[in-house]
Amino acid sequence: MSKTEVAVIDYGMGNLLSVRRGLEHCGATVVVTADPGVILSTSKVVLPGVGAFANGMAELSRLGLDAVVREVAARGVPLLGICLGMQMLLDESEEFGITAGLGLIPGRVVPIPSNTTHPQKIPHIGWNALVLPQGRENWEGALLQEIKPGEAVYFVHSYMASPSDPSHRIADCLYGDTSVSAVIERGNVFGCQFHPEKSGEVGLKVLRRFLAS
Amino acid sequence: MRKIRLIARLDIKGANLIKGIHLEGLRVIGSPNEHALRYYQQGADELIYMDCVASLYGRNSLGDIVQGAAQNVFVPMTVGGGIRSVEDATHLLRSGADKVAVNTAAVANPRLITDIARRFGSQCMVLSIEAKQIGPDRWEVYTDNGRERTGLDVIDWVKRGVALGVGEILLTSVDREGTRKGFDIPLIRAVTQEVSVPVIASGGMGKPEDMIEAVQQGGVDAVAMADILHYSRATVGNIRRAAQAAGIEVRSYEQD
Repeated sequence: MSKTEVAVIDYGMGNLLSVRRGLEHCGATVVVTADPGVILSTSKVVLPGVGAFANGMAELSRLGLDAVVREVAARGVPLLGICLGMQMLLDESEEFGITAGLGLIPGRVVPIPSNTTHPQKIPHIGWNALVLPQGRENWEGALLQEIKPGEAVYFVHSYMASPSDPSHRIADCLYGDTSVSAVIERGNVFGCQFHPEKSGEVGLKVLRRFLAS
Repeated sequence: MRKIRLIARLDIKGANLIKGIHLEGLRVIGSPNEHALRYYQQGADELIYMDCVASLYGRNSLGDIVQGAAQNVFVPMTVGGGIRSVEDATHLLRSGADKVAVNTAAVANPRLITDIARRFGSQCMVLSIEAKQIGPDRWEVYTDNGRERTGLDVIDWVKRGVALGVGEILLTSVDREGTRKGFDIPLIRAVTQEVSVPVIASGGMGKPEDMIEAVQQGGVDAVAMADILHYSRATVGNIRRAAQAAGIEVRSYEQD
């Protein structure tokens, strides 16, 4: 059996070495690229990213990659957004004014609330446990199939995704009193707020599951 | 509640993992990346790499070592020692580091803190402080691996650093470093009471109970461990279980 070929989209936002190595460690052949032809010819696509939402969207559209990512999703090719890459899957973000996103999962990106009963430091940095959102009983058939509720992964972010359809919300983590959306899914489109490439064996299990999707 | 992080600290000289006492009298321990992989597999929450002679000789060999570690270590890595510019930081972040720790160059040019924080975000900018006690409840900032005095008061410098954009503090007690006598709790407490950014205690961990004291009395967010792991006096798993037994919240780790 040939190895799964994965395109990691390189639009100049963040360190791609660890994402690449994480996928390779899980058995994939990885190509880091901004070439639309290459992205559209691979069997899996990863949209990584660290930084501000508006910068990320501006870079994607400057490179003509916003349309390419939408095309990937429309063709039914498995697409995984990580951190900023996950947030850009939604309709829009409130970070530094309203910016339109890719619109692949309905909802918006909002600041992690700081005016709660138990205010937490922002950004949210560090290991936090994945939990089942209200109304979900297990992760059967989802990106987290191999993960048990309570297993921890590594987060670094100040904004969070708020999907409008609760059925797209696969896992949360609890930060103070706030349920932060940690994994979202809609058909072949997946998003992780945490960094699977920095979350030890738990993160690698998530990547392996994505490669098998 | 925030989980307390257990961090393996690797001090590097050239291509070797080394360990000293009071940051001096360095002994070669072995290959940095063999140790890094072992600590990762034991469940370390993060790694810190410090090139301990980089500022002395004005060079940095860490890029290659970190790039090597990034091949099979999948937890966050902080890298420091000899970072003098945003370009140095960029190079290390591209090599697989998630954060950079700056000491000597930040003292010489505090603007560097702001420049790195603006470019990569505060969460990337770790202020490394080497503290030596100079009187009752008074500590001075040292640079160049505990060799050079700066005249700066640790508490004043910490506050200034946070105002300039520091996102985390790596606080090393030069007095305790390598001694296995436990952390300098008054120093740690003086710093954690002053700032809201996460503080990593470093220097002096001789046994798992020292970590409990640093968390419960010192109020730190993370502990850095070197000697205790390098000489296999405890594993990260032993220390994790000691934390759990003391009621400290740490990352659950199945392989324990």
